[in-house]
Amino acid sequence: MEDLLREYLPILIFLGLAVALGIILILAAAIIAVRNPDPEKVSAYECGFNAFDDARMKFDVRFYLVSILFIIFDLEVAFLFPWAVAFKDVSLVGFWSMMVFLGILTIGFAYEWKKGALEWQ
Amino acid sequence: MISADIQTVLPEIVLALFAMAALLGVVYGGKDRLAGRLTSLTGLVLALIALWIAYTGEGTRTAFGGSFNDDGFARFAKVTVLLSAAAVLLMSRDYMQRRGLLRFEYPVLVALSVVGMMVMVSAGDLMVLYMGLELQSLALYVIAALRRDSAKSTEAGLKYFVLGALSSGLLLYGASLTYGFAGTTLFSGIIEAASDDISLGLLFGLVFLISGVAFKVSAAPFHMWTPDVYEGSPTPVTAFFATAPKVAAMALFARIIHDAFGGIVGEWQQIIAFLSVLSMFLGAVAAIGQTNIKRLMAYSSIAHMGFALMGLAAGSVLGVQAMLIYMAIYVTMNIGTFAFILSMEKDGRPVVEISALNMYSKREPLRALAMLVLLFSLAGVPPMVGFFGKFYVLRAAYDAGLAWLAVAGVIASVIGAYYYLRIVFVMYFGKESEALDGAMPVFQWLMLMGSAAAMVVGVVNLFGIEPLAAAAAATLVN
Amino acid sequence: MTVAAFVFYVFAVTVLLGGLMTVVSRNPVHSVLWLILTFIASAGLFVLLGAEFVAMLLMIVYVGAVAVLFLFVVMMLDIDFAQLRAEMSKYLPLALLIGVIILMELAMAFGVWDFSDGFATRIAAPTGEAQNTAALGLLIYDQYIMLFQLAGLILLVAMIGAIVLTLRHRKDVKRQNPVAQMHRDPAKAMELKDVKPGQGL
Repeated sequence: MEDLLREYLPILIFLGLAVALGIILILAAAIIAVRNPDPEKVSAYECGFNAFDDARMKFDVRFYLVSILFIIFDLEVAFLFPWAVAFKDVSLVGFWSMMVFLGILTIGFAYEWKKGALEWQ
Repeated sequence: MISADIQTVLPEIVLALFAMAALLGVVYGGKDRLAGRLTSLTGLVLALIALWIAYTGEGTRTAFGGSFNDDGFARFAKVTVLLSAAAVLLMSRDYMQRRGLLRFEYPVLVALSVVGMMVMVSAGDLMVLYMGLELQSLALYVIAALRRDSAKSTEAGLKYFVLGALSSGLLLYGASLTYGFAGTTLFSGIIEAASDDISLGLLFGLVFLISGVAFKVSAAPFHMWTPDVYEGSPTPVTAFFATAPKVAAMALFARIIHDAFGGIVGEWQQIIAFLSVLSMFLGAVAAIGQTNIKRLMAYSSIAHMGFALMGLAAGSVLGVQAMLIYMAIYVTMNIGTFAFILSMEKDGRPVVEISALNMYSKREPLRALAMLVLLFSLAGVPPMVGFFGKFYVLRAAYDAGLAWLAVAGVIASVIGAYYYLRIVFVMYFGKESEALDGAMPVFQWLMLMGSAAAMVVGVVNLFGIEPLAAAAAATLVN
Repeated sequence: MTVAAFVFYVFAVTVLLGGLMTVVSRNPVHSVLWLILTFIASAGLFVLLGAEFVAMLLMIVYVGAVAVLFLFVVMMLDIDFAQLRAEMSKYLPLALLIGVIILMELAMAFGVWDFSDGFATRIAAPTGEAQNTAALGLLIYDQYIMLFQLAGLILLVAMIGAIVLTLRHRKDVKRQNPVAQMHRDPAKAMELKDVKPGQGL
């Protein structure tokens, strides 16, 4: 356990540094910055105009489609990692099973391409 | 070794390959113009695979280190699943085409979900079980929301998805507790570990597993999604939900409790008996006030699941056999009934109100007669085949010493008979009102008449499924 | 307290805090950010368990992709969260009751946890000396090939489902057709007409 932690020590140190830096920057802004608010200064504006609308508007569903397709291929890549790491020792069955897996997803990819899901019209 | 394994799962592989080939071929070949033909073709392929499994499968084989079983039980369930999915697909083509709902992804998704069901009923490992279940459910969530411009249909899809995900979570939690106790996810290992005295942890695991599967078979108190999903989905999709997935989930239920927990029957018998009683009564009572025939069928299916669970609660070979027979009969009746519901329309618009059936017998005496037979059979009125299904489960429960459960079943089926007979009353003695005018496409007509005829003719020997179910049950319980 | 125990408690407390804040934050976007913190801290817990690959998956898939999807969903849905919350507070007592009961049950279950006889002989995948990503690589693609292929099919269904449910083909948009553009022939694209003065075409 101690060995494992020692191996991760650099990452832990960086993690600590990152957190510390984040906190320092936020605190610095709170302590050092000059703040002199008045109602006009803090009001919302868009390019010099008053705000037309609520900033929280509905996203187009197409963003969602893109990100869900991204997740699927992300998962596919996640499956590739152990295969790549153990590639030297993976049996012939293991090799071909990955090929079949990639084939299945390629069929999905060809389908979504032809369907026009990758176009942004 | 791998080639023997592949040999064992060949039907699943063929179906998956067909689904993928169809997807690619149609998307490059002509998209939705070919959707109708693809639907029929998929139905045909499903039926052919059913025949293939029925006629060539024999013996008991396992594959992939025991995580996949090909035995009589799995084959019985698979053939039922495949045939009912094929019938639903063939029935739905006309209905969906006329309403512009038919897209070529529909048959592909149905085929892939059937692959999931086939894996489920053959599972010999908790992980395989879960993967099969997810493959099945994921495709079902999508087709529930197929009519995406309708708020009801999308609501159905969303509700089904959220509750289905919750039930998958329960199932996984139970699976992990079981794994923590037994040290393996293989059923053959679990049954070894859970043979006599079991720990509290395993008991919780078992309860969570059962709750997860109870969601899928829509047994009370895990039934809340059923009426809304049945009502909101397009009618052919509802017909599909009421048939194939129910058989698969029920078979999976039997598989878990006998293959993995067969050594501790006493622990789960009470739970399943409780689910059974609750489902039978809830299904019977809640259906009485329904005016929408799809919601009524939802409650009817909850009640029927209660009866099928009664067979499982018996925990014997006879119980599993009764469950299989019950499910086969249930599926046949439901296909006929939904063929009728699909034809209910006025001025080209689908109608689902029961009141629209007023004096239906005058306009369409033959169809009304077929529906009468089916409803009597659903209610379990003696000369029809539906009665024998109930008879088998009641006898199994009685033989297993659950006489109280059998008595409760009889009471529930008497209550339930009321709402089936109400439809018959409306059709034959209702008020005169504007009649339905839908013509019936050939295939729906065949399904309706065929299933009604089966309910009458089947009395002779139940088409010989009794010995088949007995043999299938014997391979599961030993 | 050893270093390992200290690190464990830091991550465990972060997970619990993140989970709690995910549920109680007023702003749904903050909820998602708290959820990301929870994911990161759980990745830390997995590292402590020696399951580095799972930790990495958590970072890549959950933090990298699922959390982004959640953000999209939160932004996409026009939900009145105040109303939703009012609805929630109505059911809060019941939810708390169920939560407490389940917690007690779990405490009971884990308090007297015992393994079955012969647990060690049944352990599914013996953990050898191999580093765990490589060990997984040797198992998934060979021994668990069927699960692996089923995972592929599930991903395929997810892909089809996402497209079926969300993709709308708009008819009123003019699309680019690269093939037609590349095959464009200047000779055919325009026509020269010799128009005499005083005459129309």
